[in-house]
Amino acid sequence: MSAPVRPHYREAMSDLAPAASPTVVAAASARRGESRLKVVARTAFPFLVVALAWEVTAHLGIFPRKLFPPLEEVAAALVRLTADGVLPHHVLDTLVRLLAGFALAAVAGVAIGFAMGRSRRAEDVFLPLVSIGAPIPGLAYAPLFLLWFGLGNMTAVLLVAFVSAFPIIFNTWTGVKAVKDIWVRSAQAMGADNRRLLHHVILPGALPYVLTGLRLGLAQAWRILVGVEMLAAVSWGLGWMIFGAREFLNTDVMLAGVVVIGAIGLALEKLVFQRLEQYTVVRWGMMS
Amino acid sequence: MNAATARIERTTSAYRAGLTLLIAAACYEAVARSGAFPAALLPTLPKVASTLWALILDGTMLEHAGYTMYRVLFGLVLAVAVALPLGILMGRFRPVENFFLPLASALMPIPSLAWVPVFILWFGLGNTVAILIVFYAALFPMLLNTWSGVRAVNPLWLRAAGAMGADERALFWKVIIPGASPFIITGLRQAFLRAWIAVVGAEMLAASDWGLGWVIFDAKEFLNADVMLAALAVIGAIGFLFERLVFGSIERATVMRWGMVRTAKG
Repeated sequence: MSAPVRPHYREAMSDLAPAASPTVVAAASARRGESRLKVVARTAFPFLVVALAWEVTAHLGIFPRKLFPPLEEVAAALVRLTADGVLPHHVLDTLVRLLAGFALAAVAGVAIGFAMGRSRRAEDVFLPLVSIGAPIPGLAYAPLFLLWFGLGNMTAVLLVAFVSAFPIIFNTWTGVKAVKDIWVRSAQAMGADNRRLLHHVILPGALPYVLTGLRLGLAQAWRILVGVEMLAAVSWGLGWMIFGAREFLNTDVMLAGVVVIGAIGLALEKLVFQRLEQYTVVRWGMMS
Repeated sequence: MNAATARIERTTSAYRAGLTLLIAAACYEAVARSGAFPAALLPTLPKVASTLWALILDGTMLEHAGYTMYRVLFGLVLAVAVALPLGILMGRFRPVENFFLPLASALMPIPSLAWVPVFILWFGLGNTVAILIVFYAALFPMLLNTWSGVRAVNPLWLRAAGAMGADERALFWKVIIPGASPFIITGLRQAFLRAWIAVVGAEMLAASDWGLGWVIFDAKEFLNADVMLAALAVIGAIGFLFERLVFGSIERATVMRWGMVRTAKG
């Protein structure tokens, strides 16, 4: 007798189904055993082509230079903003907001997900609420949150937490349900009490899913935060920086901001989560 | 577990779920009526329902929804038209993969909304920005899933089909496309979810006069929380319907019928 999987589950969880992740992307090139130099050259080539095309278009003057700046101007804006400390301030505020919101979501999401996975009653109570909240795009709540909590930090952090909690809840819940029944029963047969069962069987068993949930939650948080910063009129933050630059037609500042946003997104994925995965689930042999 | 207990358990679950929703609604109603918060900020549920009804009756809500759907579908179709062939080419031909994969991995971590200010400058306020943002948001899930789907086709099937005399065209239509289809459909689903989020954000920021995102944002100016909640309900309902009906039936008509994935059964 395995725990019945609810029919809702598959539909609500399209994020879990076979999906490509940036990890796959990175692995693809490593697998072929080419020399490092060749891989670098091959990876750099498309960027060079695109950069060249951009430069040519910018210098031909088809579009106004203010709107379509050449790359050296974008780079200069990046250096200038970094040197006078404006960009680091924006980045710092954005990251603090992201972490605060995400930490709230992680704690609440994992707790709710665990409760839903372990107790039928909690599942019945939370599932309808979560299923109603999840399909509404997070940003749609933004004006409502603005109305309730006012402009500024509070709204941004709460909205980020609210939005990124959903994937965390769904994945934790699935993970706890996916723990093999036979592991639980054999642990019980060997005399594990509830606490040890949770600690040594269910937690490690559910962890790959929980990590997936956290990763999706963080990605979601990052996507939403940029938008929220544009709407919530915070005084510092990358989203605000690029949105504010629109007023003065500072396309170079905008593009520099977009580059930084992309770099942070990539770093969150590569440095934080891949590292975390290496140390936990891969080491425990839950995932290769 | 026999069928009878399963049925009882299901009824209990449904009952508890209904109860939860009722209690949640009652709590909300109690807080709204207590007057602890201004009524403009926390309208009662009947008020929200009547606003929704009025907006549907005079046709404005439908028009907003129509504009939003137009933007989403336009952007989504564009994204599929680009990503599907490109993803298949990337999966089949190494040089194409080598060229586009690094670009895609570099652009993917940039949230689509970060492009909104740039696109507003380039294309002005209005439909173009919203459609392009949807396109950008939907492109990458579609592209990467198609690519991994094509690569994930079991090489044994390819060789078996080749040995049985399938030519390139038959191989493509009879083996590769059905084999990659679970991934492609997942990609389409993710693309729609992303697109749905992106369109709401784009409509708020690059406001034209119509669209569900714009209604919500505009209602903030007049403290019309009832309009906001009504629009939220419509957004949620459309997203839910798409996810359930459209993608559910696509999945049933293709991959499930072909036996590529099994339905979730207990």
